[in-house]
Amino acid sequence: MDIRSQISMVFHLDKCIGCHTCSIACKNIWTDRKGAEYMWWNNVETKPGTGYPTKWEDQGIYKGGWEDVGGGISLKGAGKQKGLLNIFHNPNMPVIDDYYEPFTYKYLDLIESPASDDQPTARPISLITGQPIDIKMGPNWDDDWSGTPDYARNDPNFSGMSKAEQEAMFQLERMAFFYLPRICNHCLNPACVASCPSGALYKRGEDGVVLINQEVCRAWRMCVTACPYKKSYYNWHTGKSEKCILCFPRLEAGLAPACMHSCVGRIRYLGVILYDADRIQDVASASEKDLISKHMSILMDPFDPKVIASAKANGIADSTIHAAQVSPTYKFVKEWGLALPLHAEFRTLPMLFYVPPLLPVMASVKEVHNQEQAAKFGPIAKIWDDNWLYDTSTEELWGTIDKARFPLKYLANLLSAGDERAITDRLKKLMAVRIYRRWKTVGDIPEAKANEALNGAGYTAEMADDIYCLTSLAKFDDRFVIPAAHREHAIEMLEFTGDRRGTVGFGFKEDTMQRGL
Amino acid sequence: MNLIDNVLFVGLPYAAIATFLVGAIYRYRATGFKVSSLSSQFLEGGGIYIFAVLFHWGILVVFLGHLIAFLFPTATLAWHSNAARLIADEVIIFTFGLAVLIGLVALFIRRLSSPRIRVVTTGMDIVIELLLLAQIVLGLWIALGYRWGYYWFASDMSPYLWSILKLNPQIEAVSAMPAVIKAHIVGAFIIIGMIPFTRLVHFLVAPFHYIWRPYQRVIWYWDRKRIRDPLMPWTETRPRNN
Repeated sequence: MDIRSQISMVFHLDKCIGCHTCSIACKNIWTDRKGAEYMWWNNVETKPGTGYPTKWEDQGIYKGGWEDVGGGISLKGAGKQKGLLNIFHNPNMPVIDDYYEPFTYKYLDLIESPASDDQPTARPISLITGQPIDIKMGPNWDDDWSGTPDYARNDPNFSGMSKAEQEAMFQLERMAFFYLPRICNHCLNPACVASCPSGALYKRGEDGVVLINQEVCRAWRMCVTACPYKKSYYNWHTGKSEKCILCFPRLEAGLAPACMHSCVGRIRYLGVILYDADRIQDVASASEKDLISKHMSILMDPFDPKVIASAKANGIADSTIHAAQVSPTYKFVKEWGLALPLHAEFRTLPMLFYVPPLLPVMASVKEVHNQEQAAKFGPIAKIWDDNWLYDTSTEELWGTIDKARFPLKYLANLLSAGDERAITDRLKKLMAVRIYRRWKTVGDIPEAKANEALNGAGYTAEMADDIYCLTSLAKFDDRFVIPAAHREHAIEMLEFTGDRRGTVGFGFKEDTMQRGL
Repeated sequence: MNLIDNVLFVGLPYAAIATFLVGAIYRYRATGFKVSSLSSQFLEGGGIYIFAVLFHWGILVVFLGHLIAFLFPTATLAWHSNAARLIADEVIIFTFGLAVLIGLVALFIRRLSSPRIRVVTTGMDIVIELLLLAQIVLGLWIALGYRWGYYWFASDMSPYLWSILKLNPQIEAVSAMPAVIKAHIVGAFIIIGMIPFTRLVHFLVAPFHYIWRPYQRVIWYWDRKRIRDPLMPWTETRPRNN
């Protein structure tokens, strides 16, 4: 056993309202620079949809992640042979048009154009060339476009679903979508790290954050191909790759990452998980049907004395072990079994977990007659003259999951490597907590039914209350349990004194962060 | 004539090698961020493909051909005493030289004609591409016009290059060379001297160490085993993060 600590995350998809505040917080802090305009280290996608970059999940195109090669795994589109042979031209790399060409508008034309009979316009210009362009794509171009042929129907997650099943999803009355916020997963078996010929990418031992050393990156671009989530981006101006750094300067100071701190729906949780590094290869090589259960099994119980002993032997601090014991992510993922990794079949062992969305799956549209009700409203009330009701009632127990309007196969392809049972299990648990809470607060459900729901999910009443609290009421310090990084150490890691070790103060001051010749 | 030859074949080589060594080491150590291949595939991926491959593999083989004749002149002469081997090798190197020419011309056109690529093109890129273009044209000309280079390179050029390295320059043989070959030699040293000031630095950091590196890399900021060692006095290793 080789216990290490990892900062892990949980995103509760039922709570995501798709406001993109996280993306903006990240963009303002980290990627508001030349060459990085197109990068969204944090982005929010509409599912079903093609995502960003377009069809990133289709590894037939981008060849990202690991593949099972019988008895072991190897990088699908990079690695020692493929990477070095393709170093002069990487055939599987997305280009800027797969993301979008960044643009702005010539706002000055609005002010400076001479007086004329026509309104002045601000033409869009490319942020790369500065020339006028026709905008073909932009950030969140497919936002809320569920059901459309260009976006939703090209979603790569429909594999294994019949044409009829797919079409059923897009009927107007059944149509549903949800949001998928994505950042770097800070994987345990990162394909980007393995693919980097220069060795610029690395995983921090202390907290598991995956970073790119900008001084060592040589623009061989293999990480862009290898990351199956397309969360490593090539900065076309500096000639270096960049990625989400999980706001490590903030983490080290005890602050939550900017995307998580700013989250309006409070969907994000961050905490320490202890894992067994000896088992990474074994878990990553598991057969597809065992991937989820093995992935869960590598996350160790922070109360187990053997785990604690091994953690201490590895120099993991008491404060970190304590943080793991009260970690909200450990609770969601292991204790309550509610969260799943995104696309486990890429075999990178992502450490960002998602609580699957219950609402779009369970809600239905019913025909109701509300004229009687409408007649009671005052004259200024806004009354919709349709007879449809978006019904999210939880009266039925398990029946609704099987009759879900959103095919579970789709969610399974997204979150459980195609295993529908894992999805059903999570949804049933979410449902049970809802039914239990409905009995407790509204009281229109009999107690026996609430208990039956909890028993079916394997929860006690205390667990259900805890889930409810952490889901709905959690304060900042409950959602983000950040282990002490100790300021003095953080400063040592961050501070640039202007000199390097061994230079005895002699050197030339230079704008070292400029693009090379 | 003698003065010019001394400048071109003694002064220039030493100046070039010195500039190369000092410049490359300084650029690597002081401005590591600026050492990059500055790939432009991301901005324009279609046109680059075949030409980047032609150019790079071509220049690798051509460079290797020169390097072998320079390092092992006797073995090179012995190996090429067989006419079939000599012709085969010359044809191979010439073919790869042509690949360099085709690739370089196409990449040069791409660099000038694509608006996106022009944005990431510096003046130095143009200078070095023109120099490389001149160099490869001269090289192909020499291969055609002054045939069996493997003979005279191994017997005349290699001793000259070694004499430069041994700090005892002997330029009699090169001063007697035709002007085209002289230009090729001068071009080579100019390019070597310019490496630290151009994007050519990227070949110095070619990632061969990837071959024997384990795939995953984990970096620890402190020695995790020693943090909790009770025998370690606090003054030497402060307990971290605890």
